[in-house]
Amino acid sequence: MIKPSLEPRPVIRKLSEIPQGGSSKAGFLVDKNSGWRNRTPRVDVDKCVGCLQCYMYCPDGVIRKNVIEIDGKTVTKVDIDYDFCKGCGICEKMCQIGAISMEEKSE
Amino acid sequence: MSEIRFISGDEAFAQGVRLAKPQVISAYPITPQTIVVERLADMVEDGSLNSEFVHVESEHSAMMTAMGASAMGARVFTATSSQGLLYMAECLTYVSGGRFPIVMMNANRATALPWSIYGDHRDSLSQLDSGWIQIYVEDAQESLDMALEAYRLAESENVRLPVMINLDGFILTHTYEAVEIPSEEDVRDFLKPRETWDKLDFDNPVSMAFTVGPELNEEFNLLHHKAALAAIDELDRIDKEYAELTGRSYGGSVNGYLTEDADYILITLGSISGLVRDTVDELRAEGIKAGVVKIRMIRPFPTDELLKHLENVIAVGTLERDISFGYEGTVYTNVNSALHKGRNFADSYDFIGGIGGRDISKEIIRECFEAMINKETDRLVRFVGLEVEDDVR
Amino acid sequence: MSDRINARNISDSEFFYGHKACAGCGGSLAVRIALKVLGERTLLVEPAGCMSAVSFNYPQMSFANNAIISAFAGTAAVMTGLKVGAEAMGLKDYHVLGIAGDGGTADIGIQALSGLIDRNDDAIYICYDNEAYMNTGIQKSGLTPFGATTTTTPAGSRVKGNLRPKKNLFEIVAAHGIPYAATASVGYIEDFANKVKRASEVKGTSFIHVLAPCPTGWGVDTSETVDIAREIVDTGLWYLAEYYDGEFHLNMKPKALEGVSHYIKRQKRFKHLSDEDINTIIRERDKTWERIAKFGN
Repeated sequence: MIKPSLEPRPVIRKLSEIPQGGSSKAGFLVDKNSGWRNRTPRVDVDKCVGCLQCYMYCPDGVIRKNVIEIDGKTVTKVDIDYDFCKGCGICEKMCQIGAISMEEKSE
Repeated sequence: MSEIRFISGDEAFAQGVRLAKPQVISAYPITPQTIVVERLADMVEDGSLNSEFVHVESEHSAMMTAMGASAMGARVFTATSSQGLLYMAECLTYVSGGRFPIVMMNANRATALPWSIYGDHRDSLSQLDSGWIQIYVEDAQESLDMALEAYRLAESENVRLPVMINLDGFILTHTYEAVEIPSEEDVRDFLKPRETWDKLDFDNPVSMAFTVGPELNEEFNLLHHKAALAAIDELDRIDKEYAELTGRSYGGSVNGYLTEDADYILITLGSISGLVRDTVDELRAEGIKAGVVKIRMIRPFPTDELLKHLENVIAVGTLERDISFGYEGTVYTNVNSALHKGRNFADSYDFIGGIGGRDISKEIIRECFEAMINKETDRLVRFVGLEVEDDVR
Repeated sequence: MSDRINARNISDSEFFYGHKACAGCGGSLAVRIALKVLGERTLLVEPAGCMSAVSFNYPQMSFANNAIISAFAGTAAVMTGLKVGAEAMGLKDYHVLGIAGDGGTADIGIQALSGLIDRNDDAIYICYDNEAYMNTGIQKSGLTPFGATTTTTPAGSRVKGNLRPKKNLFEIVAAHGIPYAATASVGYIEDFANKVKRASEVKGTSFIHVLAPCPTGWGVDTSETVDIAREIVDTGLWYLAEYYDGEFHLNMKPKALEGVSHYIKRQKRFKHLSDEDINTIIRERDKTWERIAKFGN
């Protein structure tokens, strides 16, 4: 699986430490987006049936497919990368069975 | 083995491009550049040049296509002129700031209005701040040779910037001369295929042409500036290496003629230089210590190299095909800045002529020297070669 | 034809992640899904605009694949450059993708887009349409619909927002005889994903015009993006169609073209419109459907 990853912000003290060309490493993140959120989605894992509509429609791709074993059965659930969730609330709207609810505050 | 052919400046440049083997050519037609791209299309058709020739729908797209291909690591060529250069102007800063070593030929032509297809240097000089290296050539042979040298310069590791080679429209682009064309074998070692680490790469994915905020934007621009400055010495090295190969040397960023003991020096750009040298020979025969400095590369500006030629002058004149309306010619502004940096306080004149295809005759050149000799310092900036009396206040 | 893409089989990889688009951004959803379909060997062009502004801020780069910003008008031309450059470098098995907004496509970029289609370069152009220049603060574009207030078509007592209809971009593109063109909506994301896949399988240029609401510019809650992107299709104000082999095909005919008033009234940008204005919008919609009813299914 490929995905941009959080890295330490480069410390640049000298001109020679700046990229010397026109390119910079792809998929290189130094900031989280969690501070943007004023509502936080919560997944009720017991209710979740793994339909993945929240996953498909998340503009930020922060909802992760989670294939796990429960009582010897393989089931699909979702969880959320709160480092990058902006709290838009689309996932709650997309969930037909009410397994996602928005908490009206950020943590 | 090289061969001698009687060809125009545009065709000579196309021959140079053929030898440089760009993998991608994207260009849009405009007089008087057209012949270059027509010849290159012929070469692609007959198989003598293995390039992808892209038919773009504008100069803006010509430069954007060139940037895309360069971002993949390909060697790229494009050509334009006048309004075409202005139309692609916003792309010029993308290409230079993104450090894409594209080579472009510009056929110098007046900018509208009044409309004119004939030559002056206002098109390219208006783009001095675009971040490109700018070189002006004098004849068809130099056109061919500079096509090759330009790629070496653009792609050299300490420069990695785009290079614009300027040919005077019609005077050079359409004039036929005997030109020595090196064989592919001759230049194989001089210009190898482009290799770069700075590209879109599936093994090492990157983002290109990105944003930099105020916290580092100035530093990125300083790096660009330093890369541009490095082109002065780099061109010198390349020129010497090319001379060893072909016997032809153009003198790096500036080319002086009889400057060592000269009292009066005329500074030129491009194709007028030959006639100025002829005039200087005549003046020398008459006992006047005249000289010429041809500025070959105006960005980066070769301050020290220029000043060396001007150390002992009484007066210096800049003969240029440019006017920055409401001030003076831009070459003059640059020359004066260099003089001031060198604490050289020789009288400095601006002779603006050859605008919109006006011919610059030997008589006009003599007139420039006479103004310097007569110390006409009340008119430091003037238009020369006017056909009518200037009676408008 | 290969399997349809759905939520289960779409790639787990996220190529567009950690970007700074507004919460609920429809455009970023389109970009995300397109890249998940096309994969890591995608060479992406973004013009100056929202999607580049939110994802290319040194040192933070939100695309995991190779990506480059073009001049605003130059998306399609850089796509050509990447294509011919990649061929020159002997690369195989890759996609060239350009994604630009409505202004970047239907206004300033339409000349370069026309050139790309004319050359039939093997590349995929996606226009994400949020119906105004959102990055610069909601100004009217050629795809802003009739009646919308924008900062350059402000609704007041004399003028009711934008007075011109959307350009018919889909049919303008199709008129070039392009191998593949489609319309889509982020409200029907699987349909969009499968159109991206189909575009990637077409040889030559393909084009997808995907409607992608901007909560900020439209004046709806961030959670409503997908919902409203469905509603615009269900009301018949937007339609899902394809063009290939020289013919138009309608993908979905809503059962009843209803709910225009609800769709209009829920958005701040249309708040000033009267019932009469809404009737004008309905009449124009009906004219469009008369024409596209001739499309095959």
